[in-house]
Amino acid sequence: MSTTEAVAAGAVTRSLRGSRADVAGHVFTAVLLFSLLFTLAILAVLVGDQLQRGMPVLLERGADVLTSPLSSRPDRAGVAQGILGTAMLAVIVSLLAFPIGILTAVYLEEYAPANALTRFIDVNIRNLAGVPSVVYGLLGLAMFVSLFQLLGVGNGRNILSGGLTLAVLVLPLVIITSAEAIRAVPTTIREAGYGVGASRWQVVRTLIIPSAAPGILTGTVLALSRALGETAPLILAGAVLGSFSTGGSLADLFGGPYTALPIIVFDWARKPQEEFRALTSAAILVLLAVTILANAIAIYLRNRFERRW
Amino acid sequence: MPATSLGSDTVRDSDRVTDPARLEPSIVTTSVRPASDDAAVPASHVAPVIRLDGVSFYYGAFRAVKDITIHVPTHRITALIGPSGCGKSTLLRTINRMNDLIPNTRVEGTLRFHDEDLYASYVDPVEVRRRIGMVFQKPNPFPKSIYDNVAFGPRLTGFKGDLDGLVESSLQKAALWKDVKDKLKQSGLSLSGGQQQRLCIARAIATEPEVILMDEPCSALDPRATLQIEELMAQLKENYTIIIVTHNMQQAARASDRTVFMNMADDQAGYVVEQDDTITIFTNPTNQMTEDYVSGRFG
Repeated sequence: MSTTEAVAAGAVTRSLRGSRADVAGHVFTAVLLFSLLFTLAILAVLVGDQLQRGMPVLLERGADVLTSPLSSRPDRAGVAQGILGTAMLAVIVSLLAFPIGILTAVYLEEYAPANALTRFIDVNIRNLAGVPSVVYGLLGLAMFVSLFQLLGVGNGRNILSGGLTLAVLVLPLVIITSAEAIRAVPTTIREAGYGVGASRWQVVRTLIIPSAAPGILTGTVLALSRALGETAPLILAGAVLGSFSTGGSLADLFGGPYTALPIIVFDWARKPQEEFRALTSAAILVLLAVTILANAIAIYLRNRFERRW
Repeated sequence: MPATSLGSDTVRDSDRVTDPARLEPSIVTTSVRPASDDAAVPASHVAPVIRLDGVSFYYGAFRAVKDITIHVPTHRITALIGPSGCGKSTLLRTINRMNDLIPNTRVEGTLRFHDEDLYASYVDPVEVRRRIGMVFQKPNPFPKSIYDNVAFGPRLTGFKGDLDGLVESSLQKAALWKDVKDKLKQSGLSLSGGQQQRLCIARAIATEPEVILMDEPCSALDPRATLQIEELMAQLKENYTIIIVTHNMQQAARASDRTVFMNMADDQAGYVVEQDDTITIFTNPTNQMTEDYVSGRFG
């Protein structure tokens, strides 16, 4: 029939409207939403639970929790040494793992010839990323603690050996994520750079690394978050469980006993006193805050790089 | 029938040029090139700046082009034409040693740039690429500002002079200055396709090369942008030597002075069928295969 007749008969309207409801599509959308809400719910329950347990002691004692050293008495115990330890570990891990990891990724992606040896190295780095963290703790104990003992730095169980252990732990992660980011830089940019007469080093420095910077920074954020949350390797590599005090000098700071926020959480969770329940939750909240802060800084840096283009 | 000018020299060949049986209608267009005394000399009489002698190129064991012997005259536009896959781009990339970046490749034969062997052991490919620039098929400006795109090449060599002046003159030569002079700090990617390609040309010019290689520079552009690029090439010819690979026969006929026609042999290797002044290739070729190709019977 002609157009006007078809329109009048409502045939066009019907055909445009569609006759079947997209049941499967709606069900799928519902499943996706449910998965998202389930994940968010778990997160909300975990954080909410800790908030509920930990806020009372934080409100009652206020900043005292953040500034007091460890103590066997719950009304005097605080996480100050843990905050210091975690902060120092963050710096050590960043200074060691990030440059070495990023440069290794640059080498593997831009300089290494595409032969069996390179593939072998690549596979092994991926395997290293999957090794349980407690194994890295044993490695740290065997290598770094012994090293410092040999060098005469106390009993070897200091923040440097702990930091080295964590740096080695997250190094494969940094390498893998940085390599992915570098691989994602379009070949056209490389070709254009070479075509204008840039050497390989110039192409890497002025084109590839700036292009890959957002991805590399995301990788470092992940790595840092992982490092700050690790407990088992630090326990093995010599973090102190229970309270301690140091002289306060630089030598004590770097060569003496140390602890970190996850260690404190682990320690307090095992204590029998009832008051330590609330303190454990408070320590968890502090750890979450520190992690979020580290992530926020990295995300801010990443956004700054992305906006440059 | 209006007089058409395919080559720089219209007087000698005007009788063959206006023969309608020989020409595709779209070739009948006014010349895009400015008149100049220098340009009156036909391309085949001009000294070559680049000479290839018996050049073969191998990807591993596979020979992509074989026994290529061509002359590229100075300050002229030389077009490489031929069906898809016959090795034109591969050949182009051997001239500025871009294929060095691909592992497991090999060049046989000699490529001479001003009588210097480009593949001699003392030659630094980075220096080659500064003297022989390249513009690619798909415009690929860096994700940087327009200014930084053009300044990229000179900065690499530690250019100490007036960088602003160099950027401006490069953009002027690429016929882009008027469009972008107020927005040099904006990203190069914010320009239209044709403008991006002109930015890439400006970027290539900024290193002050002698030769510019163009690998199908207009294939990703609309007809208007294509015409702008062709007009630009005609102006650039006065100061640079241009080699252009093109699928578009009409473009080769319109814009070039000398044409090299390549084809693919049975062993999948590309070879040169014929090379001559453009006007000869398109109106009076020696080889039957050339005649068939330019009249569209295959390819």
